[in-house]
Amino acid sequence: MINVTSSTPQETIHDHHTGLPSGGNSQCPLSVYDLTVAYHRKPVIWDVAFDLPAGSLVGIVGPNGAGKSTLLKAVMDLVPRASGRVEVFGQPYRQSRHRVGYVPQRESVDWDFPVDALDVVTMGLYSRIGWLWPVRKRHREIAMHALERVGIADLARRQISQLSGGQQQRTFLARALVQNADLYLMDEPFAAVDASTEKAIVEILRELKSQGKTAVVIHHDLQTVPEYFDYVVLLNMRVVSHGSVVETFTPENLQKTYGGRLTLLDEVTEAMRRKERSL
Amino acid sequence: MRRPPRLPWPPGSVRIVRSVIAFRSAKAASLGSFRGAKVASFRNFRGAKGDDQTLIDRTLVGFGIRGGWQCLWVAILFSVFASPVCSSRVWAQAEVASITDRSMEWPDSSQWRRVLLLEDYNTRVVVLGVALLGAACGIVGSFTLLRKRALMGDALAHASLPGIAAAFMLATLIGADEKSLAWLLSGATLSGLMGVGLILFLRHQTRLKEDTALGIVLSVFFGAGMAMLGVIQQMEKGHAAGLETFIYGKTASMRAADAGLIAVASLLAIGSCVLLFKELKLLCFDADFAGSRGTPVLWLDWVLMALVVLTTIVGLQAVGLILVVALLVIPAAAARFWTEAMWRMAWIAAGLGMLGGVFGAASSALFPKLPSGAMIVLVCAVLFLFSMVFGAKRGMLIRSLRRRRLNRRVGRQHLLRGIYELAEDKSSRQSGSDRPAVSMRELQQLRSWSKKSLQATIRRAMRDELVQLRADQVQLTHAGWAEAARLTRQHRLWELYLVHYAEVAPARVDRDADAIEHVLEPELVDELEALLDQQPLTIEVPSNPHALTESS
Repeated sequence: MINVTSSTPQETIHDHHTGLPSGGNSQCPLSVYDLTVAYHRKPVIWDVAFDLPAGSLVGIVGPNGAGKSTLLKAVMDLVPRASGRVEVFGQPYRQSRHRVGYVPQRESVDWDFPVDALDVVTMGLYSRIGWLWPVRKRHREIAMHALERVGIADLARRQISQLSGGQQQRTFLARALVQNADLYLMDEPFAAVDASTEKAIVEILRELKSQGKTAVVIHHDLQTVPEYFDYVVLLNMRVVSHGSVVETFTPENLQKTYGGRLTLLDEVTEAMRRKERSL
Repeated sequence: MRRPPRLPWPPGSVRIVRSVIAFRSAKAASLGSFRGAKVASFRNFRGAKGDDQTLIDRTLVGFGIRGGWQCLWVAILFSVFASPVCSSRVWAQAEVASITDRSMEWPDSSQWRRVLLLEDYNTRVVVLGVALLGAACGIVGSFTLLRKRALMGDALAHASLPGIAAAFMLATLIGADEKSLAWLLSGATLSGLMGVGLILFLRHQTRLKEDTALGIVLSVFFGAGMAMLGVIQQMEKGHAAGLETFIYGKTASMRAADAGLIAVASLLAIGSCVLLFKELKLLCFDADFAGSRGTPVLWLDWVLMALVVLTTIVGLQAVGLILVVALLVIPAAAARFWTEAMWRMAWIAAGLGMLGGVFGAASSALFPKLPSGAMIVLVCAVLFLFSMVFGAKRGMLIRSLRRRRLNRRVGRQHLLRGIYELAEDKSSRQSGSDRPAVSMRELQQLRSWSKKSLQATIRRAMRDELVQLRADQVQLTHAGWAEAARLTRQHRLWELYLVHYAEVAPARVDRDADAIEHVLEPELVDELEALLDQQPLTIEVPSNPHALTESS
């Protein structure tokens, strides 16, 4: 097992040797304990463990295929976990999901789908509207307000394939905002967006932080990490390091995260996959 | 190779078609599943017993099959269709029957009236039932299409055949009513679901892809069903006639009670879709997001599957299991051409499915020998073609109009910029008129446009009072000059950007900027200006970064 030491002692709320929590901490927005996820026996993330401080902007950084998206999905029970546990505000995700807002990767959906931007944003309210009930005027007003916040209210009635990449990303962000969550999980919101969208998203992130909310953002652009985030999780299948940006976002840690050489673990994984294929 | 003499109706082709029909019916009848067998039983025709070989010969000669290629064609058909379960006695029976009974009677006026005005109670109920079925399939199909599971219904339908046959056999064995629709359809449901389960199993347990698993299960189940129908045909007890309606669909043989079952099931499906509309919409659009909100995605997928099962299974009798998938796919696909809103798409698909169902059922009532499934599919296909061409949002016509509009806009922009740049060149050399005119010849050399298209572009620009034409000289109007200056500025901003930021060679920059500038939105131009770090919004038309002759 890979021992991960937290750089900020007050956040260490569980014993890393046993992986057991020392008790649910309702202040901690997200605690991950020894999380392992595998697709077809190939581990995607392995023994991932960290706690996040409340009211911070957290960047998850790592190379392609490091399991960043899988980590977010495993937190939300969207992919089966091989082992490990996740706590959101001291409770299992199932009990606290109303406090979580999710912004999936833009490429994960078919933008040719016959809906307009406002429809997409109201989707964030479906669980609040309840089963069988139709969307009503006040829900559309909430959605409209969220679209105003991200600056594309004038495009509310435009079919989503007619939106630019940045506008699509803003639509997704608005859909998460209507949930009025306390923890936001965002999967590459800055991927392939224009400069003004990037600025708008950063402003919203800061706004969320000022309201005491936490945002966990998968991020690719290493240059902007120190500017945008105050906490960072370096991930490459395992957590290489996590902690405040100042202490953790160092060239040595980045070298470890992006380092080219195959580790023994990678080789074992590869061997297992070959074996599986030959069966 | 010998060809039959050419007559007004090419006899060879007629023969081929007839022989194809005959052999298809031979194969199907042998498996107890085709009209030939039914007709035979209607006419109390006793099968001609005798030597297979001579019978085949006789039949071939009877159809005028003599030439080598015709024989080859028939041999292929024979080897494909006459499977090992085919008993020679049975197919011989059908063969003769199908020769004697291929006439298609044109319905007389009273029959037309009875069907079109729905005078007959049975017809009324059947048409209503099939109309509701079409609507239900349209709505459910919209969801499966958007969930990209369109072919699941096909697998399910094909896999239902062994269930129908097994239910029939079981009923015969235990002495129940083997024609009971509910009984047969429960068998169909069971084996259909088994087929779908097997597809999922194959996909998860092996490395096979979904389409491969689908192909295997679909054909194997259908083959098994055909074999079982062949066995049924051999059974002493029971009348297999009627089972063939499940393969090709036959509304003419439907009873009011059957149609009632279809109507109830369809209403149930429509009702579920209306109630669960927003949940299903979210499922189809973004299942991951739905899962993150606590929506039971797996359960919803099962609901959608159950709706497909419901509509497919009750649709078997009317449309037939080979073609029922068409009712799930075609109306939904056609509806997509008309709208960009999910709820409108669902209702349009329902309407189109309803039209297909009604026309198919009516034509089956008029021509009892036409399989209604085929008619429904053909009507749907006509509706689809119409939608594909004339669809208001995504039809080919509207798209080509849009493309033409764009091309014209681009052409006009090229024209204005061309005149502007030439005029700019002139006025820098010879001071005088502030908007010098340029000749057609100069313009034509500037770009690779034909004289005709240049003239047409100029004519359209004249209509909008952007240019004036005097003899051979083209001059920009005041409005045209302003527009041309804007366009040229945009173009050169891009050129500058490409030269300085993208390191494109100045000789190539004109063409690259050309590709970009026509799709520029105002906010992008603003950004470009900020990036180029000039005094924003007051920037003038920069001077040309390359000599004019480099323009292509």
